[in-house]
Amino acid sequence: MMFLKSTYNEFVKIAAKPRSYIGLAAITVLVSVILFALKADGENYIKFITASFEQTLSFDGGSILNGNLVAFIILQMLIVQIPLLVALVTGDLVSGEGAMGTLRLLASRPISSTSLLLSKYLAGSIYTLVILLWLGLMALVAGSMLFGSGDLMVLNSDGLVILQHNDVLWRFLSGFAVSYLALITIATLSITLSCFSDNSIGPIVSTMAIIILFTIIGTLEVPVFDAIRPYLFTTHMASWRSFFEDPVPYDQIRQSVIILLTHIVLLLVIAIYKFNKKDILS
Amino acid sequence: MDPIISIENFAKSFGKHAATTDVSFTVNRGDIYGLLGRNGAGKSTTIRAMLSLISADSGNINLFGRELKKNRHYILSRVGCIIEKPDFYKYLSAKTNMEILARLSGKTISKSKIMEMLDFTGLKGRENDKVGGYSHGMRQRLGIAQALIHDPELIVLDEPTTGLDPQGIIDIRNLILQLKRDLNKTIILSSHILPEVELICNRMVIIDKGKTLVEGDVQKLLHADELLVVFETNNAAEMKQLLELNMQGILTEIESETRLVVHVSQNQIPEINKLMIQKNMPVYAIEPKRKLEDYFLKLLKS
Repeated sequence: MMFLKSTYNEFVKIAAKPRSYIGLAAITVLVSVILFALKADGENYIKFITASFEQTLSFDGGSILNGNLVAFIILQMLIVQIPLLVALVTGDLVSGEGAMGTLRLLASRPISSTSLLLSKYLAGSIYTLVILLWLGLMALVAGSMLFGSGDLMVLNSDGLVILQHNDVLWRFLSGFAVSYLALITIATLSITLSCFSDNSIGPIVSTMAIIILFTIIGTLEVPVFDAIRPYLFTTHMASWRSFFEDPVPYDQIRQSVIILLTHIVLLLVIAIYKFNKKDILS
Repeated sequence: MDPIISIENFAKSFGKHAATTDVSFTVNRGDIYGLLGRNGAGKSTTIRAMLSLISADSGNINLFGRELKKNRHYILSRVGCIIEKPDFYKYLSAKTNMEILARLSGKTISKSKIMEMLDFTGLKGRENDKVGGYSHGMRQRLGIAQALIHDPELIVLDEPTTGLDPQGIIDIRNLILQLKRDLNKTIILSSHILPEVELICNRMVIIDKGKTLVEGDVQKLLHADELLVVFETNNAAEMKQLLELNMQGILTEIESETRLVVHVSQNQIPEINKLMIQKNMPVYAIEPKRKLEDYFLKLLKS
């Protein structure tokens, strides 16, 4: 009961904070810019991309530049930026209250530290879902409205894949589910860092620094990192793309899901332990 | 005697710094209990430990006859508190802040009760304003409103008058007395303003360097039958001589060239005044001196 009341409180606070709307506004602006650019000059962009295999390309699914391709391009461009928008809110959930001095108001109430932290975590997770749904809605609905439907042409590392338009929606939905898991990993990381800090900006910057560091380690083709690369959560953040391969590499996706879930559980255990041991001095 | 708080040998360190090493005191039901000490003495650390905001390294903390660690929910639902400065969600209204805190109070609190508390603390009419626009005094009053919202048996006020103007200080003092008189609440008051503690507290503890120096009944500790009175005259040394000659055993201290502190009982004051008139020694003013201030400073020096 107390947990639900506390979760409701967290929603009230997230909904009232101006910074919570930065993410939604940023997605709206970025998607609008991409849609405008593709509408204005999308055909040339597609010609440029397909130039090398134009002679052999046989595409019967309507215009290559359709709503599905636009949605795919938008997701590919923006899903990398979304962690920053998520960390902006979730990284502030504990440390922001510490900095404001309101954490002591909450912690001196008859609610356990674990319930208090988990209510913040749940609210942060739902906020992350809202951000992702907004991105999906903007990409799929606005893309389809402006560019119509059609088969999806995807250029993967091992070649070109053309997916029938009636075979695409489930791939987007599954991709969103895996993306959500990746974003929840980011949210959990930032909340965990938030438990170690009493200033608002530190956990947000630290989260981004860790993502950048792990991404660099993941992309550096240096043998010394070979052993750890498969276990970095950043390696699995783009796993959503695997749903747009044919056939879908389910084993690879399953492995990504397990690694992301392992990160979430480990980070959450650390966060709960730290928050329970935390002396609230601010 | 019905002890509501019992703290024994409480110790807490932050890294290498020992904030408290041996704090012990008992608060009885119905007390207005003063928690005194210099900055850094360990008052706030003790209060935070009582509210479960920090964990004790050693010692026992019991409230309402139960151990705090094992009965956190039971105890905290019976306690209301203001800890240091009144911090709230500045981007929310006073009413929403109250609703948020009421939801976590462990009791079901109606909207009318929230409005009643805002009215009680003089914030009615401003309840929908964002707290960011509130003055310090208004935030302090909101702090009191949130501390009282769930009708707690024990109210912990850590420096509740810090940063308030004189009228604000008087308002808070009257409010504390009202809480005791009308609602028979038990109140712990940590304050630097010693005359205030002397005026409103019946019992107190003085903490210094993380240890309890003295604890007990305020009046007994200060020897209430004896007053400290400052006589302002044109020659304090001459007045001291006159008093020592004419009133056997009287204790006096020269505070300055023109101010003499005299230890007296209440009925000796007119006697001294009469004597001075007889001896043509002018008396420009007679002021009662706050004894707690003296007691506190002497105790810390010793």
